[in-house]
Amino acid sequence: MPKVTVDGIEVEVPAGATVMQACEAAGKEIPRFCYHERLSIAGNCRMCLVEVSPGPPKPQASCALPAAEGQVILTESPKVKKAREGVMEFLLINHPLDCPICDQGGECDLQDQAMAYGRGGSRFEENKRAVTEKHMGPLVKTVMTRCIHCTRCVRFIEEVAGTNEVGALYRGENMQITSYLEQAVASEISGNVIDLCPVGALTSKPTAFNARPWELKRTDSIDVMDAVGTNIVVGSRSGAVVRVTPRVNDDVNEEWLADTGRFGVDGLKERRLDRPWVRVNGELQPATWGQAFAAVKAALADVPGERIAALAGNLSAVEELVAAKDLLAGFGASRLESRTDGAAYQGPAAHWRFNSTLAGIETADVILLVGADPRYDAPLVNSRIRKAVRRRGAAVFRIGAGSDPVYDVTQLGDDLSLLADLPAEVKAKLAAAERPAILIGSRNASAEVLAAAHALSGLFVKDGWNGFNILHDAASRVGALTVGWAGEGVEALAANPPAVLFLLGVDEVALARFAGSTKIYVGSHGDRGAAVADIILPAAAWSEKPGTYLNMEGRVQRALRATFPPGDAREDWTIFRALADVLGITLGYDNLEQLRARIAREWPELGAEALTPAAWEAAAPGAGKPAGAAKPRESDFYSSNPILRASPTMRACVAEILEGREPLLEAAE
Amino acid sequence: MTASTDFIDFVDFQWTEANKAEAERIVGRYPKGREASAIMPLLWLAQYQMGAQTGVAWLPLPVIEFVAAQIGMPKIRALEVATFYTMYNLKPVGRFHVQVCGTTPCMLRGSDDVLRACADKGLKKGEVTNDGLFTLTEVECLGACANAPMVQVNDDNYEDLTYETMTAILEELIAGRTPKVGSQIGRTASCPEGGPTSLTATLKETA
Amino acid sequence: MLADKDRIFTNLYGFQPWGIDHAMKRGDWADTKELLALGQDAIIQKVKDSGLRGRGGAGFPTGMKWSFMPKESKDGRPSFLVVNADESEPGSCKDREIIRHDPHKLVEGALIAGFAMRARAAYIYIRGEYIREAEVLFAAVEEAYAKGFLGKNACGSGYDFDVFVHRGAGAYICGEETAMIESLEGKKGQPRLKPPFPAGVGLYGCPTTVNNVESIAVVPTILRRGSDWFAGFGRPNNQGTKLFQISGHVNRPCVVEEAMSIPFRELIDTHCGGIRGGWDNLLAVIPGGSSVPLVPAHQIIDAPMDFDGLRDLKSGLGTAAVIVMDKSTDIIRAIARISYFYKHESCGQCTPCREGTGWMWRVMERLVSGDAEPHEVDMLLEVTTQVEGHTICALGDAAAWPIQGLIRHFRPEIEARIAKRRGFAAVPELPQAAE
Repeated sequence: MPKVTVDGIEVEVPAGATVMQACEAAGKEIPRFCYHERLSIAGNCRMCLVEVSPGPPKPQASCALPAAEGQVILTESPKVKKAREGVMEFLLINHPLDCPICDQGGECDLQDQAMAYGRGGSRFEENKRAVTEKHMGPLVKTVMTRCIHCTRCVRFIEEVAGTNEVGALYRGENMQITSYLEQAVASEISGNVIDLCPVGALTSKPTAFNARPWELKRTDSIDVMDAVGTNIVVGSRSGAVVRVTPRVNDDVNEEWLADTGRFGVDGLKERRLDRPWVRVNGELQPATWGQAFAAVKAALADVPGERIAALAGNLSAVEELVAAKDLLAGFGASRLESRTDGAAYQGPAAHWRFNSTLAGIETADVILLVGADPRYDAPLVNSRIRKAVRRRGAAVFRIGAGSDPVYDVTQLGDDLSLLADLPAEVKAKLAAAERPAILIGSRNASAEVLAAAHALSGLFVKDGWNGFNILHDAASRVGALTVGWAGEGVEALAANPPAVLFLLGVDEVALARFAGSTKIYVGSHGDRGAAVADIILPAAAWSEKPGTYLNMEGRVQRALRATFPPGDAREDWTIFRALADVLGITLGYDNLEQLRARIAREWPELGAEALTPAAWEAAAPGAGKPAGAAKPRESDFYSSNPILRASPTMRACVAEILEGREPLLEAAE
Repeated sequence: MTASTDFIDFVDFQWTEANKAEAERIVGRYPKGREASAIMPLLWLAQYQMGAQTGVAWLPLPVIEFVAAQIGMPKIRALEVATFYTMYNLKPVGRFHVQVCGTTPCMLRGSDDVLRACADKGLKKGEVTNDGLFTLTEVECLGACANAPMVQVNDDNYEDLTYETMTAILEELIAGRTPKVGSQIGRTASCPEGGPTSLTATLKETA
Repeated sequence: MLADKDRIFTNLYGFQPWGIDHAMKRGDWADTKELLALGQDAIIQKVKDSGLRGRGGAGFPTGMKWSFMPKESKDGRPSFLVVNADESEPGSCKDREIIRHDPHKLVEGALIAGFAMRARAAYIYIRGEYIREAEVLFAAVEEAYAKGFLGKNACGSGYDFDVFVHRGAGAYICGEETAMIESLEGKKGQPRLKPPFPAGVGLYGCPTTVNNVESIAVVPTILRRGSDWFAGFGRPNNQGTKLFQISGHVNRPCVVEEAMSIPFRELIDTHCGGIRGGWDNLLAVIPGGSSVPLVPAHQIIDAPMDFDGLRDLKSGLGTAAVIVMDKSTDIIRAIARISYFYKHESCGQCTPCREGTGWMWRVMERLVSGDAEPHEVDMLLEVTTQVEGHTICALGDAAAWPIQGLIRHFRPEIEARIAKRRGFAAVPELPQAAE
């Protein structure tokens, strides 16, 4: 615990802290461009220079210098000020004066720090450097003349994303950041370079020139494009979502956001269900809410409760799941199912959670992937696994094919039977490991796979560590299971099809099996579910409703409403509440607070935003042996839900990144 | 830099038998797991082979990718290296790469004259002559300052140059002959012109 | 003048073949086993006692540098010696002569130095443009292996030691020790932040010492002839013999080994046949390679050529690359060309150097033609101070100092040119700087 003095203030900092951290502990703000807490230290911008004694007489880069006992640090001396002003001038001499048309304006580190360290005018009489734009794909727009060569983007792509496709070519003043041959950046978390870029060199291509940051209403929300529960801020203007950026939450997403969550939002405006529809004579006809409710009432007339069922989609919030459950309970129905991918997990929460926690997986030392493709199922879990590999030298084994995981993986084979018959050396490694973890892909969590995994659970569950993890890709799943949406399973449901089937935004299930059922679709997008529905009740998308979500580790998080649903669409739970009136059922709540109170009464852990505990219980021995190849992802990363499928940006990603088609260049390019 | 069809001819680049062995020797100089260290010598070897096979010593992209693949290096990292160091020719060069040192020690002793001699023979900086024979580059200090001014043509130095001797060297090359390498005024290495002021005993001993 | 018997590099000009048999006749590899038998600590002590300071430019005491290396590996990491043969400083051309004419001094030195610092191997990083020199070096290393002087049980000492040659590919910055390590690891030659220093975390994350070719090549002779012998040359704190490289406007440019602290005039008169056009024709000298500030004629003529003597003149010995300029020199252009060199060689990593070298060069170019405002001279001086001391490595300083030296000593020349260009009549014929 070295003690140092910063501008006369004595502070004690943890061993291993840098001088910059010591300065911050003393309440001194240190300007910086290249330094970033979550990336390796480059020390190249030279903006964070401070005076340190003892040491060389020249100012030192505080981001890289270890704090040491007895150091005297000056952050405001004339020498420091001169050094920073000098660096700032150098950064500006070749930086264009295009702030008025730069999308970074208003949240630009260079702009901000120029206020403190910039000169009133330029002494630079030479021509400014111009750098050609670099194509980086459909997501990241470049204006490379603005680049200040901090290399945050290069370090992020190399260290966090692990795709090694961005670099700095040439040298000296000709140094240029580019993706390899200007190919589209293929990383699934590439959009984070936009946030990392301290200037306007890398900005969001889909939202280019759309809005100024200060014009946007900022609403805290939760990303539902996967089951990580990434904390986000929705920036909206005039009732429309303009952009999504991540919030810092070290336990969940650190400060990253997957590209689906960031760029899929233009799908919120497309293919929306903005009025009810009712199928008449095989054709969907526009209807009023009254007509639609009447149709629902008619469909339910005289149908016994056991012939009524509901499926939960991947994006549903807890509120609508409980409201729907309560409604169905009103007419004696309890056939609820959320495991639409065929997963068989059930029972205690620890059997279907990501028990190691997201942050915990970073500390694992041996990891076994079973039928999981974390890179695309949950990109931010994958970046944590990459960290475990890079920092702790974790060994990763995999059963089941998958994409290039961006770290070294020992492929054991494709067949799930391997899980019941693990190679001895793998078993030995797991047994010897301090923190071994298994990640079972939800879509492959069949009863047999789970039985085999539970038979191994002694390896993964020990004192103070639970490495038994289900890797979910559906944002709604853990919440749905928590509130009792695990029933007989989709297969059994299809074998004994209900007369009436409620679909809460269900678009990823083969619904042809329910051809004989009257299907009532409650959702936001005209996608696969709506196409086969008999009655469509238009609902809100995630950004248009307050909602509670549990991420895969069981963390309760609340999203706020950023915008309102379009047209006649309504918040999901209110649809069930209104339907209850029509059907003569009393739910016992009239507003969100009452609904949440009702939820908290039955499930107290859902009453507050926190990681909910899940005690481990050994499972009873299961029957059957897993067999057959692991199921791959059903859809590509950019098309896994109705919002993403509606998104023009995601379609562009599919075309350019996945299919390798030439990008359509904008007129000005 | 963008992908171009110009590179299509080079996608089949393979080491010659001799260079394959040499490449293995090169990789062997570095510890296991540190194969990336071999990128520089391998790129050079590849450029050399290109020169031997096609008469143009340069590194088309597929060749850089070939080298990167051999040592398991990401392509972008290999390209970073190839673009950082000046001796990798990312564009085709002439059969003779005439590299005139223009840094101050050579400048003081007449590198302007050397460059003029090149210009008078039709060489232009950064360009390949129409006959494909020459590329002229003004390079930074090549470390033969006591023998300034100097030029490096492919692997050899020509030192203590004047306008006339540089012209003569270019004429020799054009004529398909090999000019005498080293000092053009007959001195031995960096020994003072006219005879050594030191080590005279060893000179006698040798004689 | 240094007597021939006291010269270390007895084949400096290549009067004799470089090969190992001739090298052994010249005394190389004579009793290497006995030298190694002195033990690590004794070798380091002898090098310390000899007063040898690093010959690569910075002049850090070589023995002390070695002593920073770990005496034992606590975590199994090996140690490395990296020999800096990336001779690229404008004016410097001494290591080339060692490598092509006396390579066994270097190879033997690498073994002894590597042994003394308990290294497992040495990598000799030779600049890419030294193509023929590298061929000799590769062959010399092969010869040493063939004789059993390197490899397992090197020289029968019981110590295993390898020497590898690594060629650069055209980047001055790789002469900076941490850039060299990066380059050796197969990356761009961008200097690392210090700390950590290479002696703790260097090549492949292992303890590493980087030494100049000349520093290593003199070690066997120092051990053979004794620390006192070596320390007997030159002034205190500036001891030993040194390869001087004299280029520019002398009658006979050359590389020559001389005693440290030799007066400039004696060096030039003895070995270079004097200044072109006589001593009155001397304008200025860059005494240590392009990085050090120039020194005007009257200050340098009788100055001792060593670390302290030239530091006192606000310049430096650097690599002892002496660039002599007579009165025919366009001194502004000479320095502008150096500015271009640094702009060309900046790695681009850190802001002040990447942006500053280009800016300084462009202003310098305008000063050459006089196409500038008078106040820009002060502005340029200020820009040099904004670069100096603010960069990751010393290239920023090296780019700043020549310009500072120019303005310090030749400001009237610069101002006169600006005035002339701006058409001011009757520009007085200014006296030569600081006369």
